[in-house]
Amino acid sequence: MEAEVAQLALMGKYIGAGLAAIGLGGAGIGVGNIAGNFLAGALRNPSAAPSQTANLFVGIAFAEALGIFSFLIALLLMFAV
Amino acid sequence: MATEAHEAAAGAAAHGAGQSAGMPQLDTTTYINQIVWLLVALVVIYLVLRLVALPRIGGVLAERSSTITKDLAAAEELKQKAVAAEKAYNEALAKARDEAGKIVAKAKAEIQADLDAATAKADVEIGAKVAESEARIAEIRAGALDSVTEVAKDTAKEIIAALGGKADARSVTAAVNARLKG
Amino acid sequence: MTDVAETGFAIHPMDQFIVKPIFREIEPGTCVPAEDIYEGCIKWYEITNVTVWMALAVLAIVALMVFGSAGRATIPSRIQSVCEMIYGFIYKMVEDVTGHDGVKYFPYVMTLFLFILFSNLLGLLPMSFTTTSHVAVTVTLALLVFLGVTILGLVKNGIGFLGMFWVSSAPLALRPVLAIIEVISYFVRPVSHSIRLAGNLMAGHAVMKVFAGFASMAVISPVAVGAVTAIYGLELLVAVVQAYVFTILTCVYLKDAVGGAHH
Repeated sequence: MEAEVAQLALMGKYIGAGLAAIGLGGAGIGVGNIAGNFLAGALRNPSAAPSQTANLFVGIAFAEALGIFSFLIALLLMFAV
Repeated sequence: MATEAHEAAAGAAAHGAGQSAGMPQLDTTTYINQIVWLLVALVVIYLVLRLVALPRIGGVLAERSSTITKDLAAAEELKQKAVAAEKAYNEALAKARDEAGKIVAKAKAEIQADLDAATAKADVEIGAKVAESEARIAEIRAGALDSVTEVAKDTAKEIIAALGGKADARSVTAAVNARLKG
Repeated sequence: MTDVAETGFAIHPMDQFIVKPIFREIEPGTCVPAEDIYEGCIKWYEITNVTVWMALAVLAIVALMVFGSAGRATIPSRIQSVCEMIYGFIYKMVEDVTGHDGVKYFPYVMTLFLFILFSNLLGLLPMSFTTTSHVAVTVTLALLVFLGVTILGLVKNGIGFLGMFWVSSAPLALRPVLAIIEVISYFVRPVSHSIRLAGNLMAGHAVMKVFAGFASMAVISPVAVGAVTAIYGLELLVAVVQAYVFTILTCVYLKDAVGGAHH
């Protein structure tokens, strides 16, 4: 009985880790969105593009950080819980 | 059963740090060690950069930009010098050309003068010779005329004698002269 | 290992992050914090693989920045132009983002950038240890920035530094709400700042390890090796970009402190 409960907990853990990993997809969408919009803007006005690369990377970093958080949750579920 | 296996695996994975299970990042027993060494590393890097590397690189960059500025100024100066030199050269060239023109003109004038003098002299000589020749020709012609008169008188006398007349010398001469004139 | 018996092949993606002493093995059971057993634990002065790889990073930085620039040549050698490129890149970043007042913190920003860059790149060597994948390290780095910026801001601008949270361009009714959000976002900064770096590196290295583990299965090993190669390329990019992002965020935070309370 106890072993079954433990296995159930293990299952929940892995399912939870998998669900948490979905969050990375959102980060991927966000990063793609930023990069795509930057490219669209840069093609419209190429002369302004170099001055905005810093903002591009900062934006990508912010978007990516949230994905990394969900990845971290997945890792914590896998290895630390 | 499976849990035990998993835990054993996790324990095996984490045995190096001596912690029971999980991510090595969450092993709090290693934190102090990492932070201490991180701070040591940061301080070393900071001091090295601050005291040695950054002033040196900054100095090199500043020196380079000043060298470039200096070189550009020097190049500008040289360019100006080159322009001035070209101008001076052109001036000298023009002057030399002028001079050469003058010399040529002078030489031409001298030659012309010489030539004129020689021509004049030659003209004079030729004139003298012509005059002399004319005088001689006149003389010869006069001589010839005299002879003609003589021959005509003699011939006239002979012809008169042959015809049986008596030749009066004075009238023969007059007749010949009149005839010659006519 | 139990996993080998269980599944036929063993992937331990997190093993590469284990902190180990160099000159001894930790006896099993001598370091169990849950049971208050600490005698076998790593002491703060012990030489561990963290120490070794940080020392290598320091040596690499010294080699590049000190010996690389030793020529002081007006026409730089290749390695000297690398130094000058990094110098110019970070200097311009600090000047552009923080303004003229921030330039005097340039050596500190440079230290952070070089340390993170070289730790990331050295961590990509096979069998190496990535110091910046550890939360303890990145949180320390981020806290140094956070505390530094906060203290600097309070010293330079006094209580006016807190005006940063009071958004004067918003309608009056919204300002308290915005102030709470601003305060929260301010205190979340070091968290995201540090977790971003550690998480990116940890994720990339773990993924590489997982794919490398698949390479032991003959059927999919060509795919796995190709995938590891591709991810390695991506990780090179990530290593540089994360160092850049950490540095530029440091500059952005620094701007709040030196650029006054305007928002």
